[in-house]
Amino acid sequence: MSWEVVIGLEVHVQLNTQSKIFCNCPTRYGAEPNRHTCPVCLALPGALPVLNAAAVDKAIAFGLAVGAEIHQRSVFARKNYFYPDLPKGYQISQYEIPIVGRGQLALTLADGTEKIVGITRAHLEEDAGKSLHEAFSAETGIDLNRAGTPLLEIVSEPDMRSPAEAVAYLKKLHALVRYLDISDGNMQEGSFRCDANVSLRRPGEPFGTRAEIKNLNSFRFLEKAIEYEMERQQDLLESGAEVVQETRLFDANKGETRSMRSKEEANDYRYFPDPDLLPLVLEPAQIEAVRASLPELPDARKRRFMEQYALPAYDAGVLTSSRALADYYEVVAEGVDAKLAANWIMGDLLGALNRSNGEIESCPVPAEQMRRLLQRIEDQTISGKIAKDVFEVLFEKGEDVDTIIERKGLRQITDVEAITKLIDAVLAKNPGQVADYRSGKEKLFGFFVGQVMKASQGKANPEQLNRLLRERLDNPS
Amino acid sequence: MELHDHGLADLRRLLQRKEISAVELTTVFLQRIQSLDSQLQSFITLNEEGALASARRADEQRAAGSVAPLLGLPIAHKDIFSTRGLRTTCGSRMLENYVPPFDATVVERLEQAGTVVLGKLNMDEFAMGSSNETSHYGAVRNPWDTRLVPGGSSGGSAAAVAAGLAPAATGTDTGGSIRQPAAFCGITGLKPTYGRVSRYGMIAFASSLDQAGPMARSAEDCALLMDAMAGHDPRDSTSHPRAAGEFSAGLQRPVQGLRIGVAEEFFIDGLDTQVADLVRAAIAQLEDMGARIVPIHLPHNAVAVSAYYVLAPAEASSNLARFDGVRYGHRSRDVDNLQELYLQSRFEGFGAEVRRRILIGTYVLSAGYYDAYYLKAQKVRSLIREDFRRAFAEVDLIAGPTTPTAAFALGAKREDPVSMYLADIYTIAVNLAGIPALNLPCGFTREGLPVGMQLMGNYFADELLLAVGHAYQQSTSWHRQRPNLAEVQR
Repeated sequence: MSWEVVIGLEVHVQLNTQSKIFCNCPTRYGAEPNRHTCPVCLALPGALPVLNAAAVDKAIAFGLAVGAEIHQRSVFARKNYFYPDLPKGYQISQYEIPIVGRGQLALTLADGTEKIVGITRAHLEEDAGKSLHEAFSAETGIDLNRAGTPLLEIVSEPDMRSPAEAVAYLKKLHALVRYLDISDGNMQEGSFRCDANVSLRRPGEPFGTRAEIKNLNSFRFLEKAIEYEMERQQDLLESGAEVVQETRLFDANKGETRSMRSKEEANDYRYFPDPDLLPLVLEPAQIEAVRASLPELPDARKRRFMEQYALPAYDAGVLTSSRALADYYEVVAEGVDAKLAANWIMGDLLGALNRSNGEIESCPVPAEQMRRLLQRIEDQTISGKIAKDVFEVLFEKGEDVDTIIERKGLRQITDVEAITKLIDAVLAKNPGQVADYRSGKEKLFGFFVGQVMKASQGKANPEQLNRLLRERLDNPS
Repeated sequence: MELHDHGLADLRRLLQRKEISAVELTTVFLQRIQSLDSQLQSFITLNEEGALASARRADEQRAAGSVAPLLGLPIAHKDIFSTRGLRTTCGSRMLENYVPPFDATVVERLEQAGTVVLGKLNMDEFAMGSSNETSHYGAVRNPWDTRLVPGGSSGGSAAAVAAGLAPAATGTDTGGSIRQPAAFCGITGLKPTYGRVSRYGMIAFASSLDQAGPMARSAEDCALLMDAMAGHDPRDSTSHPRAAGEFSAGLQRPVQGLRIGVAEEFFIDGLDTQVADLVRAAIAQLEDMGARIVPIHLPHNAVAVSAYYVLAPAEASSNLARFDGVRYGHRSRDVDNLQELYLQSRFEGFGAEVRRRILIGTYVLSAGYYDAYYLKAQKVRSLIREDFRRAFAEVDLIAGPTTPTAAFALGAKREDPVSMYLADIYTIAVNLAGIPALNLPCGFTREGLPVGMQLMGNYFADELLLAVGHAYQQSTSWHRQRPNLAEVQR
């Protein structure tokens, strides 16, 4: 009998507010250490927190997007523990009553089936600073620029049953927060971090003991860590040992997880309501205002793409997988054939981005140029084949489509006389093949097309070429 | 009468009439502190240069036509308020060398009103104490008898004002820390409604209980300070939107017809008979002035101290976690690892009473004890609020003793924390409910020690309390009595 893996994820999403959650310091990444600090986020004696309303609106937006109940009254609590990059000696978080209650996220799996993953809750909290060990010998540097950055911690139900499902969930969540513009989702910079709770059981039996894996900052690491953890736990269980409830760290270099602390060593955080902050009470009007300002969400957009652009479900799914890509597509598809646009973006553009490790957000080909390129195919200025060459230049150098076509002389030859001239020259040069063709060797048609196209340096309009060539061959003058 | 015997209101008139200058006045108090404070130890840090500079500025501003309400009046701040560029120790070794880069809102508001800051006043370490003996900077002495404690935690404030080293001072009150030392030193002190005075920049002891207030020679002087101190502060989330008030303007309200509640629960075993007699006499005086005395009950007052010593340490244990030796404050030198850095820095930086309360607070918040202690204490807190709600449905004010005894001897309770905690038995319920209360000097024991009457009011009755206090002080002279420091010098 096989093992079934049970996975639940806790995702920390850095909210992209201008200022920190409890003070006015900027949240910008990459400043000189401790530049973005003030008495509040340095936890100087007497400093007090004041809640940033923008962070609250972003949490509400997330809750509405996953169909969750927004709690009209939620409570900030102190999570007490000592750590050098935690300036107050406690983290302000939400414990018993979070702002966002139960919701759900629908995933489309690789085989096309839909899977619903429950969201237990999402709560607001502040991020800690960073301990810096490099560049110090026998000392640790503390950078508190990140201390107080708003986080939304999103906790899922233990609903996922494979590493692939966990990755699909995380990707969906990642796309969603970017759609909602509540986070930049930058995983390298730590704006979107994930902890995974993983356990094994025999199907149908109660949940097994879980291990919590920390420090997963890419989709691939999540997948690798769960796979490693499944093997580790399976070995333990099958050798008659027990899985210990503990926190484990994923080592990306070795591709394995190792124990960080056991349940017994876990902190007693001594949560209690933060007396410096009143309970957060939301007026229904505030929630409705956020609802009214929500953008079109991924699932709705996918449905619209299928209807409005007559795209297959797969195409619509790929194109709406990120808000930036969907926006890009819609600019391109405005004025050219929708399917042509989909093919080019999903094939050539995403392929090129993939090869160069680029993102659609920083795509070197503006959507307007992409549309122009496809328009030039449609108006027969260039052929689809030539367009591939133009695209390459466009992607590498980022010039204007028409400039490239003109400068390189790639404009398609659509002049009947010019094409006829080329055809006549090729036929005159190959009398033997002409005779063979006319005596029934029709396969040679391709040979003539190739020769003429070559003579035109690929610029002859393929349809015209076909038609004129056939006329000439079939009706000898 | 000498200059230092005057209260704020008198001195303000003298300044306004230009009979004295702010520099002269400031010099008088600075010299007095220098010559007398060695007996009292009421100041931790003197701000001599800063005070004279702002006094000069005040005189210039007055010459230029400024009418800032407290222009040129010297005061001193309890050393719990952050003062930009001026050392702020909170009575602790932990902050021996800490100089804040910002002003507390209270400091800022009083500065905007024109006050001159003489210095920072001694206090129990992190405001934890009722005798001012837990200060790292030495115990403060009671100016009426230097063998006695001044009360605490705002003991430096009370002693300095009583001894005429400052005409008025700021204090803070978490369980009685303004009212109890005011009673022991014979001055007037107001614990305002929670939320009327900003807590920003005031070093937190127990956030849900802490409230800053004025300590002065009279209710009238307290009102002058409250005009400046109270007001909404967007930097303090617990600051009330309607925090501001017209305290001085409201002083003339008559006592006639007011219903004053007296809880029999106050007059129990443990209340010194001299204190009981003097407070009853003061209540009779209010009755003579036209108030109607109404017997009331506050059945949960008896458990207030127990609930307080769960809730206040719980909050304190968390509030004081920031003193970890990492960013500022005391850091132990000889440590090998992070754990030792925390343990040693905190062990060396905090005194015994602070450590005791951190331990209690950590314990009551721990998994498995939270419900039995913290949650239960919160329920008691609700019952106490309910007691007051019911009482204030029938009366306008509640009167009783501020303390069970007059000032006690230095060292008398130092080794017995529970008897020390019971010194606040009459003041603590007020903080748990968040209501305002005022200490008024109401007589002297046969030993010549001041005794205080406490008036409690409903939420936002701060103005009413000061008005009744003012009326009482118009017809009594207890608040005008001054200790003779030269005489007590033995």
